[in-house]
Amino acid sequence: MIRFLFKGLLRDRQRSLLPSIVVAAGVMLTVFLVCYLTGIMGGFADFTSKFSSGHVKIMTRAYADNMNQKPIDLALTDVSEIIEKVRQDHPDMDWVLRTQFGGLLDVPDENGETRSQGPSMAIAIDMLTPGSKEPGRLTLDNILVKGSIPDSPGEILISDEFATKLEVVPGDAVTLMGSTMYGSMSFYNFTISGTIRFGVSVMDRGAIIVDFSDAQAALDMQDASGEILGYLPSGNYNGEEAGVVCASFNSKYTDPEDEFSPVMLKLSEQDEFLGGYLEMIDAVALIVVFVFILAMSIVLWNTGLIGGLRRYGEVGVRLAVGEGKGHIYKSMIYESAMIGIIGSALGTIIGLLFAYWVQEKGIDISSIMKGATMMMPGKFHAKIVPEAYYLGFIPGLFSTTLGTMLSGIGIYKRKTAQLFKELET
Amino acid sequence: MNNSHIVITEGLVKHYPIGGGYFTALDGIDLQFGTGEFAGVVGPSGSGKTTLLNIIGSLDSPSEGKAVILDQSVGELSQKQAAHLRKKYLGFIFQTYNLLPVYTVFENVEFPLLLLNMSVSDRRKAVLDALEWVGLNDKIKSRPAQLSGGECQRVAIARAMVKKPRLVLADEPTANLDAANSHHILQTMEKLNKDLDTTFIFATHDDKVIKYLKRKITLEDGKVIKDEIT
Ligand SMILES: Nc1ncnc2c1ncn2[C@@H]1O[C@H](COP(=O)(O)OP(=O)(O)OP(=O)(O)O)[C@@H](O)[C@H]1O
Ligand SMILES: [Mg+2]
Repeated sequence: MIRFLFKGLLRDRQRSLLPSIVVAAGVMLTVFLVCYLTGIMGGFADFTSKFSSGHVKIMTRAYADNMNQKPIDLALTDVSEIIEKVRQDHPDMDWVLRTQFGGLLDVPDENGETRSQGPSMAIAIDMLTPGSKEPGRLTLDNILVKGSIPDSPGEILISDEFATKLEVVPGDAVTLMGSTMYGSMSFYNFTISGTIRFGVSVMDRGAIIVDFSDAQAALDMQDASGEILGYLPSGNYNGEEAGVVCASFNSKYTDPEDEFSPVMLKLSEQDEFLGGYLEMIDAVALIVVFVFILAMSIVLWNTGLIGGLRRYGEVGVRLAVGEGKGHIYKSMIYESAMIGIIGSALGTIIGLLFAYWVQEKGIDISSIMKGATMMMPGKFHAKIVPEAYYLGFIPGLFSTTLGTMLSGIGIYKRKTAQLFKELET
Repeated sequence: MNNSHIVITEGLVKHYPIGGGYFTALDGIDLQFGTGEFAGVVGPSGSGKTTLLNIIGSLDSPSEGKAVILDQSVGELSQKQAAHLRKKYLGFIFQTYNLLPVYTVFENVEFPLLLLNMSVSDRRKAVLDALEWVGLNDKIKSRPAQLSGGECQRVAIARAMVKKPRLVLADEPTANLDAANSHHILQTMEKLNKDLDTTFIFATHDDKVIKYLKRKITLEDGKVIKDEIT
């Protein structure tokens, strides 16, 4: 009997091929969307964590309250001691010193007069210590446009766009004017070793990368640092894991009475916008799945591709030869489940292939992001997550069986004789 | 209960709800059919022929009175029991053939047997026999769309007959056929009636069919007005 029905299903394209395609298309979109959205969110998180937030960040409590202004006068002191402690507490994590500060970048002419200048944001990282993971983390090799990566003190990298605006090239000398940690004026001379393209318009507008010890010297920060960033062993942000690290650190070292005691915040706590979105990832997947279940069920039900009016004739005959109503109803649900499985498998494969392509190639949105002030990568990559392998089956199976159940209610509601009458017309 | 009677109706009434009230399609039918009868219900359109056949076929139930088919009272059967009765003992032939278009002739005829737990080889033999009766052995692999109307109705007869039912109900089986085909299928059914002792009850207003009937029951407005042996 099952074989007999299956044979019919295969031969009746309207019942097998069309619904399978509808299901496959919906499932494909579900799978792709889930990967795409996860990829975008992951991309945000990844980029932000590398350039600015770390997976967790240690600051003074006062600094944390004004984090957006990067107030170096509120920087952490005795950082070698703090970093020693966290390295002991979490030896498999990577802990690094970072300082971000603002200043005016001045380009002098041969007479020492200002040739051009512009406001700049500097990120101080450890570029020179042998074995430092920082250049690799920021993929400096990849984003280098002209010149080379600094290999001695006093050398900096500058955004390529910024360099063009200031009309400087690698080898030129520049002066960074700012204020020290203690509030006095600071002038520090650097040589441009190379230009880079961040791929994020906020940073391409005026960011420079300096070596951390240069920054300490320029800003008079002996054994001090604006921030200490921590990276989880996996290299990927995980809110729960980061939360555990923060909680243990804060209970141990934070003093609620002391503004200058250190506090650790995870990525999502530092950036409300990103934090909110990161928490939404899971919900987004659910919403996508739910929307597709609904939409596809309605499509399948309305077109009556499965069950529906088109098959009242068949139902009538089957009743006449003595098949029970329940049996017919069940067999139709089996049929649609079969279509659901086949369509979902097909859709999942295609969706994953498509997602893989976007994961590798990325979709370039840098032109749209020109004026953005958000730290956002210029290219979106999808990310194939394990959920994508099965998530599509949920709408695929639900919509087909739900669609059939809905249209099949017609069989139950109609009197047997009435169903039978449909045969005569 | 009289065992020589395969169908008995007593005071059978069927109302259909229409608007706020009822329409009486059958109004006190008392009939008996014996095994091996070749009988027909005739009468003008709307006289209640199909309604009567549906109740006898356990596809519908009486509003009042009784219809007893093979010692089972239709009104008291559950859905399942009614389906069982149809599966085992009844065959149906329709005006519009109602073959399943995606299946071959062989598969269409085989279909009722799939519900009966028969072995593959028994099924095959039964299907080939049934197709032999209706003279369609050369078309077993065809699809219904490739057959003429007469051939389709012969497949439908084979499908109704393949399980050797006790009773075959045929509602206007010749309405879509020309004279030659009508005679052909009636001769086929007449022969099966004789050879297998299957009871046939027709609903028809086709004179060609009426000529073959051995008993003619005339309905008018839901009442039997004549019941004659011909
Ligand atoms: N489901 C229903 N609801 C209401 N009235 C119905 C229903 N089915 C049949 N009737 C009415 O019952 C009467 C008998 O119908 P039935 O189909 O039995 O007639 P018939 O003798 O088979 O006619 P025909 O020769 O045209 O097939 C008709 O007047 C019809 O309108
Ligand atoms: Mg009728």
